[in-house]
Amino acid sequence: MSRLKPPAWFVLLLPAIIILAAVVLIPLLLSLYSSFTPYRLTRPDSLYRWIGFANYEKALTSIHFWTAFGRTVLLLTIALNLEMLMGLGLALLVNKVTWGQRTLRTIMMFPMMFSPILVGFQFKFIFNDNVGLVNNALQSLGLTDQAIPWLVDGKLAFFSILVAEMWSATSVFAILILAGLFAVPRDPIEAATVDGCTPWQTFRHITLPFIMPFIYIALAIRSLDVARAYDIVQIMTNGGPARRTELLWTLIGRTGYVDARMGYANAMGYISIFLAIFFTVYFFRKLNAARGELGMAS
Amino acid sequence: MAQVQLRSVVKKYGSLEVVHGIDLDIADNEFVVLVGPSGCGKSTTLRMIAGLEAISGGEIAIGERVVNDLPPRHRNISMVFQNYALYPHMTVRENLGFSLKIANRPQSEIDRAVEEAANILSLSDYMDRKPGALSGGQRQRVAMGRAIVRHPEVFLFDEPLSNLDAKLRTQMRTEIKKLHQKVQSTIVYVTHDQVEAMTLADRIVIMRDGHIEQVGTPLEVFENPVNTFVATFIGSPPMNLLPATITNGEVAIENGPSVALPSAFEGKVREGQAVILGFRADNLMPRGHSLPMEGQHAAFDMKVNLSEPLGTETLLFSSLAGREVQAKMLNPRPVSPGETLPFQLDLTRCHLFDAASEASLR
Repeated sequence: MSRLKPPAWFVLLLPAIIILAAVVLIPLLLSLYSSFTPYRLTRPDSLYRWIGFANYEKALTSIHFWTAFGRTVLLLTIALNLEMLMGLGLALLVNKVTWGQRTLRTIMMFPMMFSPILVGFQFKFIFNDNVGLVNNALQSLGLTDQAIPWLVDGKLAFFSILVAEMWSATSVFAILILAGLFAVPRDPIEAATVDGCTPWQTFRHITLPFIMPFIYIALAIRSLDVARAYDIVQIMTNGGPARRTELLWTLIGRTGYVDARMGYANAMGYISIFLAIFFTVYFFRKLNAARGELGMAS
Repeated sequence: MAQVQLRSVVKKYGSLEVVHGIDLDIADNEFVVLVGPSGCGKSTTLRMIAGLEAISGGEIAIGERVVNDLPPRHRNISMVFQNYALYPHMTVRENLGFSLKIANRPQSEIDRAVEEAANILSLSDYMDRKPGALSGGQRQRVAMGRAIVRHPEVFLFDEPLSNLDAKLRTQMRTEIKKLHQKVQSTIVYVTHDQVEAMTLADRIVIMRDGHIEQVGTPLEVFENPVNTFVATFIGSPPMNLLPATITNGEVAIENGPSVALPSAFEGKVREGQAVILGFRADNLMPRGHSLPMEGQHAAFDMKVNLSEPLGTETLLFSSLAGREVQAKMLNPRPVSPGETLPFQLDLTRCHLFDAASEASLR
């Protein structure tokens, strides 16, 4: 009696297939499916009602969704650019340090060692309108006699969140760009100096092209980070007041777990994923172009 | 075009002094080669002229200007680096035109200068390639082209050929020489290869441990080395050196035969003085396979330990007075190891150095 024997390659791949299916594929398909249902965590049977694209229509026509989307893109654009510039400046300065550079590099990484939740709490305290450091400092210096509502006013709250984001992530740029600066060969820089370049021209024409790949790697990593920003905002303002600092994932998180409308939350999640994918693809294209410039393209 | 002057130039790294007050005058349009073993300070000296290293003491002048405190961009120099130092993200054309672009020259002028350099160095076929797509020799030519487009007052070459294979090195050496004839400018060239130094230089500067040992034309330093260091460094194979004593008006080689005192040294040595006898392989040849030796010469037998046939001549490794000496054999015939041959030493071409100071007694 010969039973049907599966081919060897299939047997060998089976453990990987099972794990991938359990960890990635099934949750993905399940969440995708649930986005086509009015699934509520409190009413499990709602998972079996198919409503087609209703959730997507709802999200795409929702003013709340689009404001959160726009605000996320805005935060991403401003935060990434400022972090990149500050990180670049920091890296250039540290690169010039000849004594105690190792210690400085370690200190530079401190912000990355804190949980974003704690950073959130810390900045919530710093920007608190009554007991916060910022208001106290401003009042002591006599710059204002009012309690500025840092976390209550919509624009100021956005600014406060931006500051917290930048504090925690500028070092990511600084570290990666510093690694890039270490890898810049000395010869072309000397050649440029002899060729008549001022220090700024040397930086602009020689150093910068060499560190561009590192900048794009940092941008790609950080764009994913900011596109899924949740923890700091959740702690500092919880998306409030009155949705004025609502980002995509605080909105989705609240819809899914507080309002228990998981089907709708999943639909918004799938739309938001495209944002992250777009930025990743964009920066990796840029990265490859920059590497190609240097003749390093694979 | 300009002359370069170094006056008591010193370079220190912290408390370590690596260049000890060197003086050198380089004339306009002169091709000067700094040569010496690695660590002798030749590259450091060049980099001080370029402005890539600060000068710790003394003065460097290019043309009439003292350039000590001028950044490289104000010195009007070009430099060719050992590993080319091309800009990898620019095409050959951009590499060549970069310095002019930085200087905000009009595009038409840049194009003309780039075109001219490309023609001189036959680079026209690769103008739109990036350095990554070029061979070593082509990269070297681009590096040279980048130096010539600016028409600088002084060209500096820092071991430009040491990354090339032997054949290409010979070829590029010729090109550099041709280039010098075409562009007519002052060149300071650093190398550790004495053949490059001999073939290229108008004048050779031989350096050791941060000091200049000798300055002279290639023939001068070859014919009249001032000390044993120069004698062994210049010329291939290196000069044979044997310890000897002046005894009874003759040069008595330690544990070996005595030879007559070369007439050039009469009156310059004293009886009993410890000396070093130096002679090149070209002046020690087996009888019947040598140039006619009409002047003063010595003859003795030596056992040949090893022979290296080079075609037109064979290099013989023999022992004399317990030391290895190298000799040459013209119109060579096969020599078997251990064979004893009668040798002739041309005394008119011999050198005597003081044993203690190692300086020439000439």
